[in-house]
Amino acid sequence: MLATLRLWITDKLPAWIFLAGLLSVWELIVGRQWVASYLLPSPLQILDTTLDMWPDIFSATLSTARSILWGLGLSLFVGITSALIFFSIPIARRAILPFCIFFQTVPIIAIAPLLVIWFGYGQPTVNASAFIVSLFPILANTLTGLQETDPQLKELFKLYKPTRWQLVFKLQIPSAIPYIITGIKISAGLAVVGAIVGEFIAGGGLGSLIDAARTQQRVDLVFSGVFMSSALALALVYALNLITGFLFRHRPYLRKQ
Amino acid sequence: MPSIEVQQLEKSFSSNAQTLFAGLSFALASNECLCLLGPSGCGKTTLLRLLMGLERPSSGTISINPALNEKMSYVFQEPRLVPWRNCLENVLLPLELTAQKSAAACTRAVELLQEIGLADRLEHFPDQLSGGMQMRVALARALITQPKIVLLDEPFAALDERTRFHMQDLLLDLKARLQLQYIFVTHSISEAAYIGDRILLLDNTGAARDFRSIDFKERNQSLKLTPAFNAVVSEYSSLFNEMENSRTMSTAVRPR
Repeated sequence: MLATLRLWITDKLPAWIFLAGLLSVWELIVGRQWVASYLLPSPLQILDTTLDMWPDIFSATLSTARSILWGLGLSLFVGITSALIFFSIPIARRAILPFCIFFQTVPIIAIAPLLVIWFGYGQPTVNASAFIVSLFPILANTLTGLQETDPQLKELFKLYKPTRWQLVFKLQIPSAIPYIITGIKISAGLAVVGAIVGEFIAGGGLGSLIDAARTQQRVDLVFSGVFMSSALALALVYALNLITGFLFRHRPYLRKQ
Repeated sequence: MPSIEVQQLEKSFSSNAQTLFAGLSFALASNECLCLLGPSGCGKTTLLRLLMGLERPSSGTISINPALNEKMSYVFQEPRLVPWRNCLENVLLPLELTAQKSAAACTRAVELLQEIGLADRLEHFPDQLSGGMQMRVALARALITQPKIVLLDEPFAALDERTRFHMQDLLLDLKARLQLQYIFVTHSISEAAYIGDRILLLDNTGAARDFRSIDFKERNQSLKLTPAFNAVVSEYSSLFNEMENSRTMSTAVRPR
Protein backbone atom coordinates (compact mmCIF):
# COMPACT_ATOMS: atom_id res chain seq x y z
CA MET A 1 0.00 0.00 0.00
CA LEU A 2 2.76 2.37 1.07
CA ALA A 3 4.83 1.23 -1.88
CA THR A 4 1.94 1.93 -4.27
CA LEU A 5 1.57 5.39 -2.78
CA ARG A 6 5.29 6.05 -3.15
CA LEU A 7 5.17 4.88 -6.75
CA TRP A 8 2.22 7.19 -7.40
CA ILE A 9 4.09 10.10 -5.83
CA THR A 10 7.22 9.61 -7.94
CA ASP A 11 5.42 8.52 -11.10
CA LYS A 12 2.18 10.47 -11.38
CA LEU A 13 2.32 13.37 -8.91
CA PRO A 14 4.65 15.62 -10.99
CA ALA A 15 2.16 15.62 -13.88
CA TRP A 16 -0.75 16.53 -11.57
CA ILE A 17 1.25 19.34 -9.97
CA PHE A 18 2.19 20.66 -13.40
CA LEU A 19 -1.46 20.54 -14.51
CA ALA A 20 -2.60 22.37 -11.37
CA GLY A 21 0.09 25.02 -11.94
CA LEU A 22 -0.85 25.44 -15.58
CA LEU A 23 -4.56 25.83 -14.76
CA SER A 24 -3.81 28.37 -11.99
CA VAL A 25 -1.63 30.49 -14.26
CA TRP A 26 -4.28 30.26 -16.99
CA GLU A 27 -7.04 31.28 -14.53
CA LEU A 28 -4.87 34.16 -13.28
CA ILE A 29 -4.05 35.46 -16.77
CA VAL A 30 -7.70 35.51 -17.81
CA GLY A 31 -8.97 36.67 -14.38
CA ARG A 32 -6.68 39.72 -14.48
CA GLN A 33 -7.89 40.32 -18.06
CA TRP A 34 -4.38 40.18 -19.45
CA VAL A 35 -5.96 38.18 -22.26
CA ALA A 36 -9.51 38.90 -23.43
CA SER A 37 -11.92 36.19 -22.34
CA TYR A 38 -13.51 36.03 -25.82
CA LEU A 39 -10.11 34.78 -27.06
CA LEU A 40 -9.21 32.58 -24.12
CA PRO A 41 -11.95 31.68 -21.62
CA SER A 42 -10.82 30.75 -18.13
CA PRO A 43 -10.75 27.09 -17.05
CA LEU A 44 -13.61 27.66 -14.62
CA GLN A 45 -15.69 29.27 -17.36
CA ILE A 46 -15.06 26.25 -19.62
CA LEU A 47 -16.10 23.95 -16.78
CA ASP A 48 -19.27 26.04 -16.25
CA THR A 49 -20.18 25.85 -19.93
CA THR A 50 -19.51 22.11 -20.02
CA LEU A 51 -21.81 21.53 -17.04
CA ASP A 52 -24.48 23.89 -18.43
CA MET A 53 -24.58 22.23 -21.80
CA TRP A 54 -23.83 18.73 -20.54
CA PRO A 55 -26.80 16.96 -22.25
CA ASP A 56 -25.79 18.34 -25.67
CA ILE A 57 -22.08 17.77 -25.14
CA PHE A 58 -22.67 14.26 -23.81
CA SER A 59 -24.83 13.19 -26.75
CA ALA A 60 -22.30 14.72 -29.18
CA THR A 61 -19.51 12.79 -27.43
CA LEU A 62 -21.50 9.56 -27.62
CA SER A 63 -22.12 10.07 -31.31
CA THR A 64 -18.41 10.69 -31.97
CA ALA A 65 -17.47 7.66 -29.86
CA ARG A 66 -19.84 5.52 -31.92
CA SER A 67 -18.21 6.67 -35.16
CA ILE A 68 -14.72 6.05 -33.76
CA LEU A 69 -15.64 2.51 -32.73
CA TRP A 70 -17.30 1.84 -36.09
CA GLY A 71 -14.33 3.14 -38.04
CA LEU A 72 -11.74 1.45 -35.86
CA GLY A 73 -13.65 -1.85 -35.78
CA LEU A 74 -14.00 -1.87 -39.54
CA SER A 75 -10.34 -1.04 -40.12
CA LEU A 76 -9.36 -3.79 -37.67
CA PHE A 77 -11.40 -6.31 -39.62
CA VAL A 78 -10.42 -5.10 -43.10
CA GLY A 79 -6.78 -4.38 -42.12
CA ILE A 80 -6.08 -7.76 -40.52
CA THR A 81 -7.94 -9.69 -43.20
CA SER A 82 -6.13 -7.94 -46.04
CA ALA A 83 -2.78 -8.35 -44.28
CA LEU A 84 -3.44 -12.10 -44.10
CA ILE A 85 -4.38 -12.15 -47.79
CA PHE A 86 -1.31 -10.12 -48.79
CA PHE A 87 0.88 -12.39 -46.67
CA SER A 88 -0.51 -15.60 -48.17
CA ILE A 89 -0.62 -14.38 -51.77
CA PRO A 90 2.62 -12.48 -52.48
CA ILE A 91 1.49 -11.49 -55.98
CA ALA A 92 -1.56 -9.76 -54.47
CA ARG A 93 0.76 -7.89 -52.09
CA ARG A 94 3.00 -6.70 -54.90
CA ALA A 95 0.03 -5.68 -57.04
CA ILE A 96 -2.21 -3.99 -54.47
CA LEU A 97 -0.13 -2.86 -51.47
CA PRO A 98 1.51 0.12 -53.23
CA PHE A 99 -1.98 1.55 -53.81
CA CYS A 100 -2.98 1.02 -50.18
CA ILE A 101 -0.42 3.67 -49.33
CA PHE A 102 -3.01 6.00 -50.86
CA PHE A 103 -4.97 5.60 -47.62
CA GLN A 104 -1.98 6.81 -45.64
CA THR A 105 -0.96 9.72 -47.81
CA VAL A 106 -4.21 11.33 -48.93
CA PRO A 107 -5.33 14.11 -46.55
CA ILE A 108 -8.67 13.08 -45.10
CA ILE A 109 -9.90 16.68 -45.33
CA ALA A 110 -9.47 16.43 -49.12
CA ILE A 111 -11.63 13.36 -49.59
CA ALA A 112 -14.23 14.13 -46.93
CA PRO A 113 -16.37 16.14 -49.43
CA LEU A 114 -16.30 13.12 -51.73
CA LEU A 115 -17.54 10.94 -48.87
CA VAL A 116 -20.43 13.36 -48.32
CA ILE A 117 -21.38 13.01 -52.01
CA TRP A 118 -21.33 9.23 -51.69
CA PHE A 119 -22.78 8.66 -48.23
CA GLY A 120 -24.70 11.90 -47.60
CA TYR A 121 -24.64 14.01 -44.43
CA GLY A 122 -24.47 12.15 -41.12
CA GLN A 123 -22.97 9.19 -39.45
CA PRO A 124 -22.08 6.89 -42.44
CA THR A 125 -19.71 9.53 -43.82
CA VAL A 126 -18.14 10.07 -40.40
CA ASN A 127 -17.67 6.31 -39.95
CA ALA A 128 -16.07 6.07 -43.40
CA SER A 129 -13.74 8.96 -42.59
CA ALA A 130 -12.60 7.32 -39.32
CA PHE A 131 -12.14 4.04 -41.19
CA ILE A 132 -10.03 5.49 -44.00
CA VAL A 133 -7.47 7.21 -41.79
CA SER A 134 -7.15 4.30 -39.35
CA LEU A 135 -6.83 1.47 -41.88
CA PHE A 136 -3.21 1.67 -42.91
CA PRO A 137 -1.33 1.33 -39.59
CA ILE A 138 -3.21 -1.87 -38.71
CA LEU A 139 -2.67 -3.33 -42.16
CA ALA A 140 1.03 -2.44 -42.33
CA ASN A 141 1.81 -3.57 -38.78
CA THR A 142 -0.04 -6.88 -39.13
CA LEU A 143 1.78 -7.59 -42.37
CA THR A 144 5.17 -6.78 -40.82
CA GLY A 145 4.35 -8.97 -37.81
CA LEU A 146 3.42 -11.91 -40.03
CA GLN A 147 6.63 -11.51 -42.02
CA GLU A 148 8.89 -11.21 -38.98
CA THR A 149 8.28 -14.68 -37.53
CA ASP A 150 11.37 -16.02 -35.75
CA PRO A 151 13.18 -18.18 -38.37
CA GLN A 152 14.34 -20.57 -35.63
CA LEU A 153 10.76 -21.26 -34.55
CA LYS A 154 9.76 -21.64 -38.19
CA GLU A 155 12.46 -24.28 -38.62
CA LEU A 156 11.19 -26.07 -35.51
CA PHE A 157 7.64 -26.14 -36.90
CA LYS A 158 8.92 -27.40 -40.28
CA LEU A 159 10.29 -30.51 -38.52
CA TYR A 160 6.70 -31.62 -38.02
CA LYS A 161 5.55 -30.83 -41.57
CA PRO A 162 2.71 -28.51 -40.57
CA THR A 163 -0.09 -27.55 -42.94
CA ARG A 164 -0.11 -24.01 -44.21
CA TRP A 165 -2.98 -23.13 -41.86
CA GLN A 166 -1.24 -24.62 -38.83
CA LEU A 167 1.78 -22.48 -39.61
CA VAL A 168 -0.41 -19.37 -39.90
CA PHE A 169 -2.63 -19.93 -36.87
CA LYS A 170 -0.19 -21.59 -34.46
CA LEU A 171 2.95 -19.62 -35.32
CA GLN A 172 2.59 -16.61 -37.57
CA ILE A 173 -0.51 -14.95 -36.11
CA PRO A 174 0.60 -15.37 -32.46
CA SER A 175 4.03 -13.96 -33.38
CA ALA A 176 2.33 -10.98 -35.02
CA ILE A 177 0.17 -10.12 -32.00
CA PRO A 178 2.56 -7.53 -30.46
CA TYR A 179 2.78 -5.81 -33.86
CA ILE A 180 -0.99 -5.90 -34.33
CA ILE A 181 -1.52 -4.30 -30.93
CA THR A 182 0.92 -1.49 -31.73
CA GLY A 183 -0.97 -0.98 -34.99
CA ILE A 184 -4.31 -0.80 -33.17
CA LYS A 185 -2.95 1.81 -30.77
CA ILE A 186 -1.71 4.03 -33.62
CA SER A 187 -4.97 3.53 -35.50
CA ALA A 188 -7.08 4.38 -32.44
CA GLY A 189 -5.55 7.86 -32.25
CA LEU A 190 -6.04 8.38 -35.97
CA ALA A 191 -9.66 7.19 -35.84
CA VAL A 192 -10.44 10.03 -33.39
CA VAL A 193 -8.94 12.55 -35.85
CA GLY A 194 -10.82 10.95 -38.75
CA ALA A 195 -14.15 11.06 -36.93
CA ILE A 196 -13.82 14.72 -35.87
CA VAL A 197 -12.74 15.81 -39.37
CA GLY A 198 -15.62 13.81 -40.86
CA GLU A 199 -18.03 15.56 -38.51
CA PHE A 200 -16.74 19.01 -39.54
CA ILE A 201 -17.91 18.26 -43.07
CA ALA A 202 -20.79 15.83 -42.61
CA GLY A 203 -22.21 17.10 -39.30
CA GLY A 204 -23.03 15.44 -35.99
CA GLY A 205 -20.94 14.71 -32.91
CA LEU A 206 -18.18 16.80 -31.34
CA GLY A 207 -16.86 17.94 -34.73
CA SER A 208 -20.00 19.80 -35.65
CA LEU A 209 -20.41 21.03 -32.04
CA ILE A 210 -16.95 22.61 -32.26
CA ASP A 211 -17.66 23.99 -35.73
CA ALA A 212 -21.02 25.48 -34.68
CA ALA A 213 -19.48 27.02 -31.54
CA ARG A 214 -16.80 28.61 -33.73
CA THR A 215 -19.36 30.28 -35.98
CA GLN A 216 -21.12 31.64 -32.86
CA GLN A 217 -17.84 32.88 -31.34
CA ARG A 218 -18.42 30.56 -28.33
CA VAL A 219 -14.74 29.93 -27.57
CA ASP A 220 -15.64 28.33 -24.23
CA LEU A 221 -17.78 25.74 -26.04
CA VAL A 222 -15.00 25.12 -28.57
CA PHE A 223 -12.71 24.33 -25.64
CA SER A 224 -15.32 21.98 -24.13
CA GLY A 225 -15.51 20.10 -27.42
CA VAL A 226 -11.72 19.92 -27.72
CA PHE A 227 -11.34 18.59 -24.18
CA MET A 228 -14.09 16.04 -24.67
CA SER A 229 -12.48 14.73 -27.86
CA SER A 230 -9.10 14.37 -26.18
CA ALA A 231 -10.84 12.68 -23.23
CA LEU A 232 -12.34 10.25 -25.73
CA ALA A 233 -8.92 9.50 -27.22
CA LEU A 234 -7.43 9.02 -23.74
CA ALA A 235 -10.27 6.69 -22.71
CA LEU A 236 -9.70 4.66 -25.86
CA VAL A 237 -5.95 4.34 -25.22
CA TYR A 238 -6.64 3.44 -21.58
CA ALA A 239 -9.13 0.73 -22.57
CA LEU A 240 -6.67 -0.69 -25.10
CA ASN A 241 -3.92 -0.74 -22.45
CA LEU A 242 -6.23 -2.61 -20.08
CA ILE A 243 -7.08 -5.19 -22.73
CA THR A 244 -3.48 -5.72 -23.85
CA GLY A 245 -2.26 -5.83 -20.24
CA PHE A 246 -4.77 -8.58 -19.53
CA LEU A 247 -3.78 -10.44 -22.70
CA PHE A 248 -0.05 -10.33 -21.98
CA ARG A 249 -0.52 -11.33 -18.35
CA HIS A 250 -2.42 -14.36 -19.58
CA ARG A 251 -0.04 -15.26 -22.43
CA PRO A 252 3.50 -13.87 -22.91
CA TYR A 253 3.16 -12.97 -26.60
CA LEU A 254 5.48 -10.08 -25.84
CA ARG A 255 8.88 -11.28 -24.74
CA LYS A 256 9.94 -9.71 -21.48
CA GLN A 257 13.09 -7.70 -21.95
CA MET B 1 20.08 -52.93 -42.76
CA PRO B 2 21.81 -50.03 -41.02
CA SER B 3 19.73 -47.20 -39.58
CA ILE B 4 21.70 -44.57 -41.36
CA GLU B 5 24.23 -44.87 -44.11
CA VAL B 6 26.35 -41.96 -45.24
CA GLN B 7 28.49 -42.17 -48.36
CA GLN B 8 31.09 -39.78 -49.74
CA LEU B 9 29.44 -36.86 -47.98
CA GLU B 10 30.57 -33.31 -48.70
CA LYS B 11 28.99 -30.01 -47.86
CA SER B 12 30.09 -26.59 -48.98
CA PHE B 13 28.42 -23.26 -48.37
CA SER B 14 28.21 -20.45 -50.87
CA SER B 15 29.11 -17.97 -48.11
CA ASN B 16 32.64 -19.36 -47.62
CA ALA B 17 35.01 -21.49 -49.60
CA GLN B 18 35.38 -24.20 -46.95
CA THR B 19 34.19 -27.71 -47.77
CA LEU B 20 33.15 -29.86 -44.85
CA PHE B 21 33.64 -33.62 -44.39
CA ALA B 22 35.79 -34.31 -47.49
CA GLY B 23 34.01 -37.52 -48.49
CA LEU B 24 32.85 -38.79 -45.12
CA SER B 25 31.37 -42.29 -45.12
CA PHE B 26 29.95 -44.28 -42.23
CA ALA B 27 27.06 -46.59 -41.41
CA LEU B 28 25.19 -46.70 -38.14
CA ALA B 29 23.85 -50.11 -37.10
CA SER B 30 20.30 -50.31 -35.84
CA ASN B 31 21.22 -50.51 -32.16
CA GLU B 32 24.13 -48.10 -32.00
CA CYS B 33 24.30 -44.70 -30.39
CA LEU B 34 26.79 -42.34 -31.93
CA CYS B 35 28.59 -39.34 -30.48
CA LEU B 36 29.94 -36.66 -32.79
CA LEU B 37 32.98 -35.10 -31.21
CA GLY B 38 35.16 -32.32 -32.55
CA PRO B 39 36.29 -28.71 -32.24
CA SER B 40 34.04 -25.73 -33.06
CA GLY B 41 33.52 -25.22 -36.76
CA CYS B 42 34.27 -28.81 -37.81
CA GLY B 43 30.70 -29.36 -38.99
CA LYS B 44 29.12 -31.39 -36.18
CA THR B 45 25.90 -29.37 -36.25
CA THR B 46 25.89 -29.35 -40.06
CA LEU B 47 26.24 -33.14 -40.14
CA LEU B 48 23.30 -33.47 -37.76
CA ARG B 49 21.19 -31.08 -39.84
CA LEU B 50 22.08 -33.03 -42.99
CA LEU B 51 20.96 -36.26 -41.33
CA MET B 52 17.66 -34.65 -40.32
CA GLY B 53 17.12 -33.28 -43.82
CA LEU B 54 17.33 -29.64 -42.71
CA GLU B 55 20.15 -29.14 -45.22
CA ARG B 56 21.08 -30.88 -48.48
CA PRO B 57 24.52 -32.37 -49.11
CA SER B 58 26.65 -30.82 -51.86
CA SER B 59 27.66 -34.30 -52.91
CA GLY B 60 27.36 -37.82 -51.58
CA THR B 61 24.31 -39.60 -50.24
CA ILE B 62 22.56 -40.11 -46.94
CA SER B 63 20.20 -43.07 -46.73
CA ILE B 64 17.87 -43.47 -43.80
CA ASN B 65 16.25 -46.84 -43.13
CA PRO B 66 12.60 -46.49 -44.32
CA ALA B 67 11.45 -48.00 -41.01
CA LEU B 68 12.79 -44.87 -39.33
CA ASN B 69 10.84 -42.48 -41.53
CA GLU B 70 8.71 -40.18 -39.39
CA LYS B 71 10.39 -41.72 -36.37
CA MET B 72 13.26 -39.25 -36.15
CA SER B 73 13.35 -36.43 -33.72
CA TYR B 74 15.67 -33.45 -33.31
CA VAL B 75 16.86 -31.35 -30.38
CA PHE B 76 18.35 -28.02 -31.41
CA GLN B 77 21.31 -26.36 -29.74
CA GLU B 78 18.89 -23.75 -28.33
CA PRO B 79 15.69 -24.80 -26.57
CA ARG B 80 13.51 -23.03 -29.18
CA LEU B 81 10.41 -23.11 -27.01
CA VAL B 82 7.35 -21.26 -28.27
CA PRO B 83 7.14 -18.24 -25.90
CA TRP B 84 3.33 -18.08 -25.69
CA ARG B 85 2.90 -21.78 -24.89
CA ASN B 86 3.41 -23.17 -21.42
CA CYS B 87 5.64 -26.19 -20.73
CA LEU B 88 2.94 -28.76 -21.32
CA GLU B 89 1.70 -27.06 -24.50
CA ASN B 90 5.27 -26.85 -25.79
CA VAL B 91 5.79 -30.56 -25.22
CA LEU B 92 2.48 -31.35 -26.96
CA LEU B 93 3.24 -29.13 -29.99
CA PRO B 94 4.62 -31.92 -32.25
CA LEU B 95 1.51 -34.04 -31.63
CA GLU B 96 -0.78 -31.09 -32.32
CA LEU B 97 0.95 -30.41 -35.63
CA THR B 98 0.77 -34.05 -36.68
CA ALA B 99 -2.82 -34.44 -35.41
CA GLN B 100 -1.92 -37.08 -32.84
CA LYS B 101 -2.95 -35.20 -29.72
CA SER B 102 -5.05 -37.31 -27.39
CA ALA B 103 -5.80 -37.72 -23.70
CA ALA B 104 -3.24 -40.53 -23.55
CA ALA B 105 -0.66 -38.26 -25.16
CA CYS B 106 -1.32 -35.58 -22.54
CA THR B 107 -0.75 -38.10 -19.77
CA ARG B 108 2.46 -39.16 -21.46
CA ALA B 109 3.60 -35.54 -21.71
CA VAL B 110 2.97 -35.02 -18.00
CA GLU B 111 4.92 -38.20 -17.22
CA LEU B 112 7.80 -37.07 -19.41
CA LEU B 113 7.91 -33.71 -17.65
CA GLN B 114 7.88 -35.54 -14.31
CA GLU B 115 10.76 -37.69 -15.47
CA ILE B 116 12.88 -34.64 -16.30
CA GLY B 117 12.03 -33.01 -12.99
CA LEU B 118 9.57 -30.35 -14.13
CA ALA B 119 6.35 -31.83 -12.73
CA ASP B 120 5.59 -28.63 -10.83
CA ARG B 121 6.15 -26.37 -13.86
CA LEU B 122 3.55 -27.68 -16.31
CA GLU B 123 1.78 -24.32 -16.54
CA HIS B 124 4.91 -22.16 -16.54
CA PHE B 125 5.84 -20.21 -19.65
CA PRO B 126 9.38 -20.41 -21.09
CA ASP B 127 10.31 -16.95 -19.79
CA GLN B 128 9.63 -18.22 -16.27
CA LEU B 129 12.13 -21.08 -16.61
CA SER B 130 15.91 -21.15 -16.38
CA GLY B 131 17.96 -22.02 -19.45
CA GLY B 132 18.52 -25.55 -18.18
CA MET B 133 14.82 -26.11 -17.55
CA GLN B 134 13.99 -24.83 -21.03
CA MET B 135 16.44 -27.31 -22.53
CA ARG B 136 14.83 -30.15 -20.62
CA VAL B 137 11.41 -29.15 -21.95
CA ALA B 138 12.92 -29.20 -25.46
CA LEU B 139 14.16 -32.74 -24.80
CA ALA B 140 10.70 -33.81 -23.62
CA ARG B 141 9.21 -32.26 -26.78
CA ALA B 142 11.56 -34.36 -28.91
CA LEU B 143 10.62 -37.53 -27.03
CA ILE B 144 6.82 -37.07 -27.02
CA THR B 145 6.51 -38.39 -30.58
CA GLN B 146 8.03 -41.70 -29.38
CA PRO B 147 10.88 -41.53 -31.88
CA LYS B 148 13.16 -44.45 -32.72
CA ILE B 149 16.14 -42.15 -33.20
CA VAL B 150 16.85 -38.74 -31.70
CA LEU B 151 19.45 -36.31 -33.04
CA LEU B 152 20.73 -34.06 -30.28
CA ASP B 153 22.89 -30.99 -30.87
CA GLU B 154 24.87 -30.29 -27.68
CA PRO B 155 21.67 -30.34 -25.66
CA PHE B 156 23.28 -30.45 -22.23
CA ALA B 157 26.02 -27.85 -22.75
CA ALA B 158 24.11 -25.17 -20.84
CA LEU B 159 23.05 -27.39 -17.93
CA ASP B 160 24.65 -27.46 -14.51
CA GLU B 161 26.73 -30.54 -13.88
CA ARG B 162 24.25 -32.40 -11.67
CA THR B 163 21.39 -31.94 -14.15
CA ARG B 164 23.70 -32.84 -17.01
CA PHE B 165 24.57 -36.13 -15.33
CA HIS B 166 20.89 -36.77 -14.67
CA MET B 167 20.05 -36.14 -18.33
CA GLN B 168 22.87 -38.39 -19.51
CA ASP B 169 21.50 -41.18 -17.35
CA LEU B 170 17.98 -40.48 -18.62
CA LEU B 171 19.21 -40.96 -22.20
CA LEU B 172 20.95 -44.21 -21.28
CA ASP B 173 17.80 -45.36 -19.52
CA LEU B 174 15.59 -44.55 -22.54
CA LYS B 175 18.05 -46.39 -24.72
CA ALA B 176 17.85 -49.50 -22.53
CA ARG B 177 14.09 -49.36 -21.99
CA LEU B 178 12.77 -48.24 -25.38
CA GLN B 179 15.68 -49.23 -27.64
CA LEU B 180 15.98 -45.52 -28.39
CA GLN B 181 18.85 -44.71 -30.69
CA TYR B 182 20.55 -41.33 -30.61
CA ILE B 183 23.18 -39.29 -32.37
CA PHE B 184 24.67 -36.86 -29.95
CA VAL B 185 26.86 -33.85 -30.66
CA THR B 186 29.17 -32.83 -27.84
CA HIS B 187 32.38 -31.00 -27.02
CA SER B 188 33.05 -33.13 -23.99
CA ILE B 189 35.23 -36.18 -24.41
CA SER B 190 34.07 -37.73 -21.16
CA GLU B 191 30.41 -37.20 -22.08
CA ALA B 192 31.06 -38.90 -25.43
CA ALA B 193 32.81 -41.81 -23.75
CA TYR B 194 29.99 -42.16 -21.23
CA ILE B 195 26.95 -42.19 -23.49
CA GLY B 196 28.27 -43.21 -26.92
CA ASP B 197 28.60 -46.75 -28.29
CA ARG B 198 30.53 -45.25 -31.11
CA ILE B 199 32.43 -42.05 -31.52
CA LEU B 200 32.97 -40.11 -34.70
CA LEU B 201 35.84 -37.73 -34.25
CA LEU B 202 35.79 -34.85 -36.73
CA ASP B 203 38.37 -32.16 -37.24
CA ASN B 204 38.53 -28.89 -39.11
CA THR B 205 40.23 -30.33 -42.19
CA GLY B 206 37.31 -32.66 -42.86
CA ALA B 207 39.24 -35.71 -41.65
CA ALA B 208 37.24 -38.09 -39.49
CA ARG B 209 38.02 -41.00 -37.28
CA ASP B 210 35.33 -43.48 -36.44
CA PHE B 211 35.71 -46.02 -33.65
CA ARG B 212 33.70 -48.13 -31.23
CA SER B 213 33.74 -46.96 -27.68
CA ILE B 214 34.62 -49.39 -24.91
CA ASP B 215 31.57 -51.39 -23.91
CA PHE B 216 31.35 -50.72 -20.21
CA LYS B 217 29.30 -53.37 -18.48
CA GLU B 218 27.29 -51.01 -16.38
CA ARG B 219 27.02 -47.29 -16.93
CA ASN B 220 26.26 -45.07 -14.00
CA GLN B 221 27.83 -41.84 -12.85
CA SER B 222 30.28 -43.60 -10.51
CA LEU B 223 31.79 -45.17 -13.61
CA LYS B 224 33.31 -41.78 -14.37
CA LEU B 225 35.48 -42.12 -11.27
CA THR B 226 36.99 -45.46 -12.24
CA PRO B 227 40.54 -45.68 -13.62
CA ALA B 228 39.25 -47.69 -16.57
CA PHE B 229 36.95 -44.86 -17.65
CA ASN B 230 39.62 -42.23 -17.19
CA ALA B 231 42.02 -44.31 -19.23
CA VAL B 232 39.49 -44.36 -22.05
CA VAL B 233 38.97 -40.61 -21.84
CA SER B 234 42.71 -39.91 -21.96
CA GLU B 235 43.07 -42.31 -24.86
CA TYR B 236 40.42 -40.38 -26.80
CA SER B 237 42.08 -37.11 -25.86
CA SER B 238 45.36 -38.28 -27.29
CA LEU B 239 43.58 -39.41 -30.47
CA PHE B 240 42.13 -35.94 -30.66
CA ASN B 241 45.56 -34.35 -30.21
CA GLU B 242 47.03 -36.65 -32.79
CA MET B 243 44.49 -35.46 -35.35
CA GLU B 244 45.19 -31.83 -34.44
CA ASN B 245 48.95 -32.37 -34.73
CA SER B 246 48.79 -34.17 -38.04
CA ARG B 247 46.80 -31.25 -39.36
CA THR B 248 49.37 -28.72 -38.14
CA MET B 249 52.10 -30.86 -39.69
CA SER B 250 50.33 -31.10 -42.99
CA THR B 251 49.90 -27.36 -43.22
CA ALA B 252 53.39 -26.53 -41.89
CA VAL B 253 55.51 -28.98 -43.89
CA ARG B 254 54.13 -28.60 -47.33
CA PRO B 255 56.23 -30.28 -50.03
CA ARG B 256 57.39 -27.91 -52.75
